[in-house]
Amino acid sequence: MFQVLAGLATGGIYASLALALVMIYQATHLVNFAQGEMAMFSTYIAWSLINAGMGFWPAFLLTVGIAFILGIFIERIVIRPVENAPVLVVVVVFIGLLVILNSVAGWIYTYTIKSFPSPFPAEPLFGIRYMSAHQLGAIGVTLVVLAVLYVFFRFTPVGLAMRAAAQNPVSSRLVGIRVGWMLALGWGLAAAVGAVAGMMIAPIVYLDPNMMSGILLYAFAAALLGGIDSPVGAVVGGFVVGVLENVLGAFVIGNELKLSVALVLIIGMLLVKPSGFFGKVHVTRV
Amino acid sequence: MTKKNFLTLMILLVVACALPFLVSNYRTFQFTLVLVYAIALLGLNVLTGYNGQISLGHGAFYAIGAYTAAILMDKLGAPYWATLPAAGAVCLVAGFLFGLPALRLEGLYLALATFALGVSMPQLLKYHHLEAWTGGVQGIVIAKPEPPAFLRDAGLVLNADQWLYFFALAVTILMFALGWNLMRGRVGRALIAIRDQHIAAQAMGINNALYKSLAFGVSAMYTGIAGALGAIAVQYVAPDSFNIFLSLVFLVGIVVGGLASISGALYGALFIQFVPNIADDISKAAPWAIFGVIMIAFVYLMPTGVAGAVRLLLARKKSP
Repeated sequence: MFQVLAGLATGGIYASLALALVMIYQATHLVNFAQGEMAMFSTYIAWSLINAGMGFWPAFLLTVGIAFILGIFIERIVIRPVENAPVLVVVVVFIGLLVILNSVAGWIYTYTIKSFPSPFPAEPLFGIRYMSAHQLGAIGVTLVVLAVLYVFFRFTPVGLAMRAAAQNPVSSRLVGIRVGWMLALGWGLAAAVGAVAGMMIAPIVYLDPNMMSGILLYAFAAALLGGIDSPVGAVVGGFVVGVLENVLGAFVIGNELKLSVALVLIIGMLLVKPSGFFGKVHVTRV
Repeated sequence: MTKKNFLTLMILLVVACALPFLVSNYRTFQFTLVLVYAIALLGLNVLTGYNGQISLGHGAFYAIGAYTAAILMDKLGAPYWATLPAAGAVCLVAGFLFGLPALRLEGLYLALATFALGVSMPQLLKYHHLEAWTGGVQGIVIAKPEPPAFLRDAGLVLNADQWLYFFALAVTILMFALGWNLMRGRVGRALIAIRDQHIAAQAMGINNALYKSLAFGVSAMYTGIAGALGAIAVQYVAPDSFNIFLSLVFLVGIVVGGLASISGALYGALFIQFVPNIADDISKAAPWAIFGVIMIAFVYLMPTGVAGAVRLLLARKKSP
């Protein structure tokens, strides 16, 4: 039981990163390998702000804002030129982005592990003994983010325009939607969601430039489990992966092979049901 | 092969043979690693450059090759030269088996699956049930091979570094000759056809599934042999030296050297061996920042890599 709850807690974090992946996929049909490093970098920004004397929540909001702008910049400068390039080029660019962010973070902040404060009280909330307040809080934050995104995409004109631009760029352009900017906006939002994920997981795994490689893998697994084009699927997938990882890690295979769970999940899902449990099945025409 | 090409190759060979007598032992060791990387890059290029299957996890095959060599030498007392074919065979099978499910994955998804393989490899190597073989976190230390006695009897005195360099050089030449012949023949054309238009390739009677998984196997075999050679050169294997960044280094190498090019593997290997050394003086993190920037710059500005640029220069010189 404890393992399941702990799994739900980490699952919340995988869910939010998976959500960011799914958002970029929906907007651009690309899987962003640099997502984890973007989140890591944002978390470092938050750390700097907090160390400069800012309170957690103001720093949190400011970081989300900065991440949003950074995401837009990355799309405009780095991704836009390769929009219609072959997959290999795109993957190389993503990997380039990944290593640049990773090493710049290491350069500025050094590779020593830093602790990151949690915004939630140290004693358990509502008398639940199995889960720390931070874990509960992280789940709460993930659900809030999901709700906000849902409302944004479902009920605002900009959200509608973004969905349209992703689904049918040509027609969207004809009715006056600026498709290029919608993509940039998608990247900005994904970076912001990633920043939230980073700040939620940093108190648990501590801050260091390589903190995200494993988490990114779980997020991939989560996104694939739920279906790479389904936000709800990503969140469900995140929780499932979190629980699986913890339960299997504790009882079946031991802590050492936890990452392999993600490997097996990713390959298994891609083989058995590439569209995931909540995704649409795509048919390609010759 | 034209006469001029042949001449260039001969000059290259003479330079390569003279090299260990002109530079220090440490430099010789570094050039040995260049040869090792060149084999690995050639392997990755067969898969990614020629066949268009993106692998972000070739470090895993390199690791399998290295561990095969180390285990054979350390636990079974095999001679070092015998470990190379063994590592190649193990990786051929491993690559072929990984290639079978990979058949169903295309583009980004394959990149994702191989990325997962690359990330989880160090953990698999540390797995405690395998510790008796792999040495766990500590890894395995292997002895440096001595130059064989017949060379000494023939009056040729080499130290261990120099001998290892020549050994690696011989293996590299063999592997490049094999690769060159494979790629310019029927198999190479089939691989390129699958990369460019897999449906048309199938319509022309190419067995896509067979060739694609074969490409995976051969590619892994090259990388595995490189891994074994690398392990012998470094005399040490440990799980954490085979992390995801090793796989990414290989990707940098083929992008910089030139995709779908045999000579590109050599340029790429020189690049990934020596650029970090230069960049290391600036900061510990600098090599990767530079790698990243160069990688992106290359796909924007010089998508055919150094090999493509060299070809272009030569062509321009010929027709002024």
